[in-house]
Amino acid sequence: MNLELDGLSVVTDGKSLVRDLSLDVGSGQVVGLVGPNGSGKSTALRCVYRALKPSSGTVKVDGQELSSLTMRRSAQLIAAMTQDGAVDLDFTVEEVIALGRTPHQRGSTPLNGHERDLCEHAMRRLDILHLARRGILTLSGGERQRVLLARALVQEPKILVLDEPTNHLDVRHQVRLLSLLRGAGLTVLVVLHDLNLAAAACDRIGVLSEGRLINSGTPKDVLTPELVDEVFGVRASVVPHPLTGDPQLLYSLDS
Amino acid sequence: MSPPAPPEAPQRPAPTAEEPVRTGSRTGLVAICASLFAALVVSVVVAIGLGPAVVPPAETARFLWAALSGGQISADEVTTYQIIWQIRTPRVLLAALVGAGLSAVGVAIQALVRNALADPFVLGVSSGASVGAVGVTVMGGLAVFGIYAVSVGAFLGALVASLLVYGASSTKGALSPLRLVLTGVAMSLGFQAVMSVIIYFAPSSEATSMVLYWTMGSFGAASWGSLPVVAAAVLVGVLVLHRYGRPLDVLALGDETAASLGISPDRHRKSLLVLVSLVTGVMVAVSGSIAFVGLVMPHLVRMVVGATHARVLAVAPLAGAVFMVWVDLVSRTLVAPRELPLGVITALVGVPVFITLMRRKSYMFGGR
Repeated sequence: MNLELDGLSVVTDGKSLVRDLSLDVGSGQVVGLVGPNGSGKSTALRCVYRALKPSSGTVKVDGQELSSLTMRRSAQLIAAMTQDGAVDLDFTVEEVIALGRTPHQRGSTPLNGHERDLCEHAMRRLDILHLARRGILTLSGGERQRVLLARALVQEPKILVLDEPTNHLDVRHQVRLLSLLRGAGLTVLVVLHDLNLAAAACDRIGVLSEGRLINSGTPKDVLTPELVDEVFGVRASVVPHPLTGDPQLLYSLDS
Repeated sequence: MSPPAPPEAPQRPAPTAEEPVRTGSRTGLVAICASLFAALVVSVVVAIGLGPAVVPPAETARFLWAALSGGQISADEVTTYQIIWQIRTPRVLLAALVGAGLSAVGVAIQALVRNALADPFVLGVSSGASVGAVGVTVMGGLAVFGIYAVSVGAFLGALVASLLVYGASSTKGALSPLRLVLTGVAMSLGFQAVMSVIIYFAPSSEATSMVLYWTMGSFGAASWGSLPVVAAAVLVGVLVLHRYGRPLDVLALGDETAASLGISPDRHRKSLLVLVSLVTGVMVAVSGSIAFVGLVMPHLVRMVVGATHARVLAVAPLAGAVFMVWVDLVSRTLVAPRELPLGVITALVGVPVFITLMRRKSYMFGGR
């Protein structure tokens, strides 16, 4: 399923957080959003999973405007792994993951056999099956991130948006998560901080600065020393990955 | 790109000692509810029998049966029958209803403002309801609603209070849990002050006891006439909240998550807030505002059945009802013939329970 941001703008309290952002995520593509802190990446994502109404512009799935769908219907198509993980109540891991089925259920019916299998499969994929009965509040940050992704997968979406999914994860789980994203066959829009991971995981990368999309294209085209210097104010050398050929950045600490 | 590594996670291990043991199964839940219901029936019969004139449970049951089935009572038993049926029964039933309602409302509020410290009392909803009820009692008004005027006043007061607290504590549409509790506590004290002022300026000789009644709560005014409204409000409230189990689960995960799962946080929060205000208002109108039940009961219940709201909302009302029946019994028998305000007893029981809860390691209370 194709995801399209069309002239998206978000203004809150007179501040432009996102300005005229247009970005196309082709069906089955993994597109990364990178940019400095406060450049509007998360705000753009929030419009996609409908936590925020854009001030102007639209989000479209397969050409259909998201705002014409019910919240429930769009949640059947788009799942999100968000940043607000702060839960006050001590749900168990399997309870949190089961809530991923919410948009597909009516009332408070319990999960059926197929849905239970789905949950177990997701937990196995994310290496958290052994945590199923644990309280969510007892988990480490990285374990909790994996639970949130499992919940998003259980939602059986066509489109997945993720806000810094590799936060708190150790290297092994960062790599596993991103390869899982690549192999999931979903349309993925992901905010990443680590440019090297973005280069390795994404088909295309969009660079945001002060709410504006200033460049987009393949990692090789986008991640140049000039752009990194312009957007992040950091000097970096770009070398091809010895095995995959993806561009990788080497930073130098002196300014 | 290498495929994901094969899963190497072990199968689910048995719960270890550090994990709280919870009753996860459906049959477990049914068993808990059934035993609580049995406990409630026994408590109600015992509590109706106890008081200045003690009536043994078997006798009490006989009188109650006589009243329900229209049976015969001998002439010398009429006084006892009157005490049992006209005074104590409505009072004990009211206690059970209010206990159930307060617990359910506490569960709902904690989920929808995402704060484990919230209950109608802490958030000022109860005090707002008191202001409404006192305003109507003292100054009249809302006469079109007849005998329901006080309840309507209390509901309006509760609604205004929850909107005020909600509005004052949310900035840019985001709701900060800490700000909410602070605003609630402040507003709560403010509403109590307003209520006291109204009472002291009213031409009444019983101002002090009236203030005490509205701030600490009492079932002393219970009568058969006031029961149906409370029963309807509490029953409807509990049933609707129970149906809202899953949205409450989702809301407790945060607004962003709720939106991504297709639950509009604003819409659900607003309608739940109105429902909660309605139930709280009706309860406050007949019993004053009673602290700690709505705060402590949800936590106690979650420790046993976990956080899932459909389960919590099945158990909490029953547990709250049993608890309140005993609280009321203590309040009217401990220093008889005088009565202790309910709030005194709920606080004496609630505070130690609350602190013990927070210190328990296995129970995660509002994060770490």
